[in-house]
Parts: sequence; structure tokens; C-alpha cells
Amino acid sequence: MSTIAPTAPAPDRTPSSPRSEDSRLKAILGRWETLILALIALVFLIGSGISSEFLTGESLTTGSSDFTEYAILALPLTLIIATGEIDLSVASVLALSSALMGYLWNQGLPMEGIIPICLVAGALCGLLNGWLVTGLGLPSLAVTIGTLALFRGLAFVILGDESVTSFPTGYTDWAFGNFAGTVVPNTIVLFLVLAAVFAVVLHRTPFGRAIFAIGANREAARFSGLRVNRIQLRLFILSGVIAALAGILLTLRNSTAAGNVGEGFELTAIAAVVLGGVSIFGGTGTIGGVLLALILLGGIQKALNLDPDISTYWVNIVFGILLIGSVLGPNLAARVREARRINSRGTRPPRPGRSAAPQSGPGGEGNSNA
Amino acid sequence: MSTPTTSPAPAGPGGLAPKIAAEEEARVSAGRRFIDRLIRARELGLLVVLALIVIVTGVIEPNFLDADSLKQTVLNVAIIAVMTAGMTLVIVTRNIDLSVGSILGLSAFVCGDFLTKNPDVPWPVGVVIAVVIGAACGLLNGVLVTWGRVPALVVTLGTMYALRGVAFLVTDGRQINAEDLPDSFLTAGSGDLLGIPTLIVVALLVIALFWFVARDYAWGRQLYAIGSSGRSGGQAAKLAGLKSDRRVTQAFVISGALAGLGGAMFAARYGTVDATAGQGYELRVIGAAVVGGVAIAGGSGSVLGAALGAVVLGTIQTALIVLKIDDFWQQAIVGLLIIVAIALDRLIAKQSEALLRQRSARRRTAA
Repeated sequence: MSTIAPTAPAPDRTPSSPRSEDSRLKAILGRWETLILALIALVFLIGSGISSEFLTGESLTTGSSDFTEYAILALPLTLIIATGEIDLSVASVLALSSALMGYLWNQGLPMEGIIPICLVAGALCGLLNGWLVTGLGLPSLAVTIGTLALFRGLAFVILGDESVTSFPTGYTDWAFGNFAGTVVPNTIVLFLVLAAVFAVVLHRTPFGRAIFAIGANREAARFSGLRVNRIQLRLFILSGVIAALAGILLTLRNSTAAGNVGEGFELTAIAAVVLGGVSIFGGTGTIGGVLLALILLGGIQKALNLDPDISTYWVNIVFGILLIGSVLGPNLAARVREARRINSRGTRPPRPGRSAAPQSGPGGEGNSNA
Repeated sequence: MSTPTTSPAPAGPGGLAPKIAAEEEARVSAGRRFIDRLIRARELGLLVVLALIVIVTGVIEPNFLDADSLKQTVLNVAIIAVMTAGMTLVIVTRNIDLSVGSILGLSAFVCGDFLTKNPDVPWPVGVVIAVVIGAACGLLNGVLVTWGRVPALVVTLGTMYALRGVAFLVTDGRQINAEDLPDSFLTAGSGDLLGIPTLIVVALLVIALFWFVARDYAWGRQLYAIGSSGRSGGQAAKLAGLKSDRRVTQAFVISGALAGLGGAMFAARYGTVDATAGQGYELRVIGAAVVGGVAIAGGSGSVLGAALGAVVLGTIQTALIVLKIDDFWQQAIVGLLIIVAIALDRLIAKQSEALLRQRSARRRTAA
């Protein structure tokens, strides 16, 4: 593009402070969350059209409990992505926690001892990620691609390819059960409590403001006195602990511990975070948006699974398109607005690069495949 | 690397000035040479690691060194190495391509399906189809990243999902078996060319081509310039007049095309293709590039180093099997290697930076 505007996606989704009643309405309508909400309504309409089972309590129970782990992983990821970093290793920590749980149970430890050990193991995984990123200054993308393989490998080392299924029914019943006679699964109630805590921390505390400050401009955050490295280290540790918790829940819910559980979960969790309006470059986003994105993705999955005629693989395609569209849409809207603004001032918009004069590139031009 | 040497210092009026200038130039080029050596040391270091693995494994289990076992090892690496060459070009521009595994799956199936249904068509047509499909997917990635200004991580995560879904739709539960494929195609996959297995010839040609192009041609150097000019998608490179959007798109197209080629190689080598082909390959390919010294932050690393990274990872994999070490250690060791590689890079970079600073300080006090 021949404009000199930064390539970072326009942070168009952040709510602007409304000035009057009229613009407040406009602001609400223009908000990212409103758009997701509309999409959710659409999905639920289509879903109930596909099958009468879609809007039943039973479907809500199974649909939401199947999404528990994605949802829980998405919470700490939201904070990490809001600081402009990423953690791809969460699903491997989840598997490590599950494998450790199975191993320790086989060794005859009581559940009351196993659960804290798994959470500590998750914290240590997060500590390793965080130390490599903040202590050595390595890019989090590369570090967590490495630990993604490392932690998954350790999960296999601990438990091999066996699986442990003999967990005490007291725990598995809780994980499988619903909350106090409602249709809401216990695990989802736990998730909602966690989500509330995360929302308060992110949106109502200095720690949360520090997270956005780091994501918006790391250097400026440091110069204004924030302990950037310490905050990021804590976030990675938090991510490890929460991922371990998700591993415990998944193990209990399926009453199966194995090293291969949760493969690829990190991608769905990241998709939910990005779709929820958190900029992958950091600095913007809300827990509420991520929550809505989770509902949307869960709804789509459930709806498509209910129709026997629709191949379940459409879920992949729809997720992929939504993920790209969630960033592409606002970018294009911003560009259209910009072009209109420039037009109204009487100057022509800058011409896109592709229609520019023939390539003036030097020597090696002929070697390109495109 | 092909940095030009500094132009000779202008001759001063006195005899002293040129002497100092000459000394300074000698120091500067010594520093350059040092950096140069470090970069080459990466490839050398990988070769040393590779030799160590091969020798140690060979001593413990001599079977590892027989020709057939070595051939199998290198054959397993060939597909990953080809994809790593494309990935290197993308990572060098400070982008990433997570969709290569899905592209491989899609193109491998379409290629195999086409050859099964048209046994009379010469098999290279199938390969061309696979490459074209891959290139088209790469073009989609590239256009979304440059024209759509969507971060590469988001775009390729999305296409990784979507293309895998498309692969499932296309296969519709079917699977291609070796007996359905034309024999000529399978022979090409397992056969030799001038005594070297064909897949290895293909891999060597691809690696040599892109290593050369990225190292010595303006087109390749521009990729490095784009990747090292900041977070904002090559702003400095753009201001310097490079068509950075076009270069980035081309890098994605090449990465996609090579993933497509990898798909054809996959079909020819294994004969069995279903919709899950190539699942998880993206991480193996990125891991190989990272171990091979390609910086995830863009702007540095060579195609040759990345290919060596793929060979090292592949050899470790086979060595572990030969040594009868539990399969389960494999992934953990790969992960550890990736982390050690990037940590080492960082430490070396810090040290050489300190060394250069020291030298320039000494130069200043001397002048």
C-alpha cells in the first residue's frame, strides 16, 4: 500500500467515550460486541431452524460443557495477547497436567494431593515460558512453539500411551454434573466465576490497566514506571496454572487421563480471543467480547453438529473464515472511511500499489514465482 | 553474507591520516569477519551436531549406518526440508505461515485423486496440480496479509482451519491407497534419479535454488530488508522504495507452492492419503527453521541453515527409534532443541554486540 499508515489493524473496536445520547447509541451499535451479539442471535435462529433439539436444556448442557476447556484457556490468553505476547503452549500444559494426574493417581496419591501438585506443575511450566520471554528476551511465539512440543512430550514421557480411567466417582460426578438442579454444568459455573474475576482484574484494577499499557506501547509502559517484565512473568505463570486447571477438569469430565488430550485446543482458544476483539498486537480487548465469541463459536459447533446433513468439517471452515473476517472486516471498513474522508476533502485517495507503474525492481525480479 | 567491503578511505594530506584510516578499516572488517564467522558457525554448528548424532548412534547401533537406513532417514526429511525452504522466506519477512500442513493435506489428496481417476495422464501433471493448488492457497494468505492488513498469525491460523475443513469436504471420508495410484507415480516417489532417490534430488534442487536466490539476488535481499525494518510491516523498506507488499505476497505464494509440492511428494512416498495428511507439519517445519537459525522476529537466517535444521531434527527422530529410546521422548527433545537453539542465538547475539561495542570504544580512544 502506498499510504504510510501503520499496518497494525485499526483499533476500531474499542468503545469511544460517547459525547451525547445520540452518539452513545451510535457507539453501542458500532461496538464489536454488538456485532458478535447479532451473529449469536443469527446462529441461534439458524440452529433452532436446523433442529428442534438446539434450544433445549440438554443441548445447552452438552454444548457448553464441551466448550469448557476452550473457554477456560481463553481467559489467561486474553491477558497475554492484550500485552502483545502469545502462549501457544497452553494445550500442552493441559495435557501435561492430565498425564501427571493419571500417573499420580496410579501411584496411589489421594485426589486432594494430586490437584495442588498439578496446579504447581502448571505454574512451573508458565514460569519456564515467562523466564525465557522476560529473562532472556526471546520472542514468545518461538518460545511457546518450543514448549508446545516440550510439554506435550513430557506428558507422553510421564504416562506413555496408556490412559488412566479409574478416577473417584465423587470428583467425576461433580465435573459431569449440573449446578444445583439447573441445566448449567458445574464446570461452566466455575468458568463463569473465573471469567468474572478476570474481567474485574483486567477492567477494574491497576494491574489490568498495566496490561493494556504494555500492549499499547511496551517502552512507554516501562518508562512510566511499570515493571513490564514482572507483570509478563506473572501472566505466563497464571496461564500455566489455569491451563493445568483446565487439564484437571477435562480429565475429570471424561474420567480419562492421557498424554494426547487437548491437541490443537490452543488454536480454538486463540481464535476465540481474536474473534472477541482482542488485537493480536495487544493494547485492546475485553473479557466480555471474548465471552461472546466463545458463545458464538460454541453455538456454531453445536448447531452444525446437530444437522446430520451438514458435514462437521464445516465447523473448521466457518471458524477459519470468522477468524480472518474478524480482523479483515474492521480493517476494510476503516479503509473505506478513510477513502471517503480524503475524497470529501477533494483530494484523490492514494492508488493501491498493484495498479502502480510497471515493476522497477532490480535484478532478481525474474526469479519470483508470482 | 554479501555485505560490501567499506570503500577505501580518502587519502589525507599527511601520512598519518591514511594510516589510521587503514587501521580502522582493518578493525571494522575484522568485526565484520567475526560476525560473518558467527553466521557461518550456525551452519557449521549444525553439521557438528549432525555428525555427533550420526557417529554416536552408529557406534551404539551399527545398523543405523547402513545405506538403507540412512536413505530412509533422508527420505523422511525431504518433504519437511522442502516446506522449510518456503517457510524460511516467509519468516524472514517477519511473518509466519501456519497453514502449510493443511495445504499439504489438501494438495496431496487432490493430486492423488486426480492421478487415480486419470491413470493415463502422465504423473507430472498431478504434481503441477498440487503445486498450483498450494500456490493459490499461498496467494490467498499473502493477499489477506498485505492488502487486508491482517496479521499473518491470524490469517494463517484461519486458513489452517479452513483449508483443513476443505480437505475434509473434498475427501468426503475417502482415502487414497497405494494400489489406486499409477505405478509410474509411486516409482517416481520411491525410485532413484542418477543413483540418488528422486525425492532427495527434488529437495536438494529446491533448497539450492532458494538458498541462492535469498542470499545473492536483490529479490532475496529485499525479503531480509523488509523483515528487519520493524514491526509495522516493513515501513523502512517501503520508504526505501521496496515493493514490500508484493515481496511478502510472493514469499507466501512460494511457501504455499512448496507445501503443495510437499503434498505431491507425500502422496508419491506414502501412497496412502486421507484428509488428515500433514496434520501438525506446520510446527515441525517452523521448528526446523528455528533450529536452523531463522529468527522468528524476521530479517535473519538462511534457507541452507533451515534445511540443516530439518535434517538434524529428522535424524534425531530416526536415531531415537534406532536406539530404542522410548518414542515418547522424541517430542520433548524436539521442543528442548528449539528452545536451546533460540536461547543460544540470543546469547551469541548479545555477546557479539558487546564485543563490537568494545571494539568501537577502543577505536575511539585510539583515534
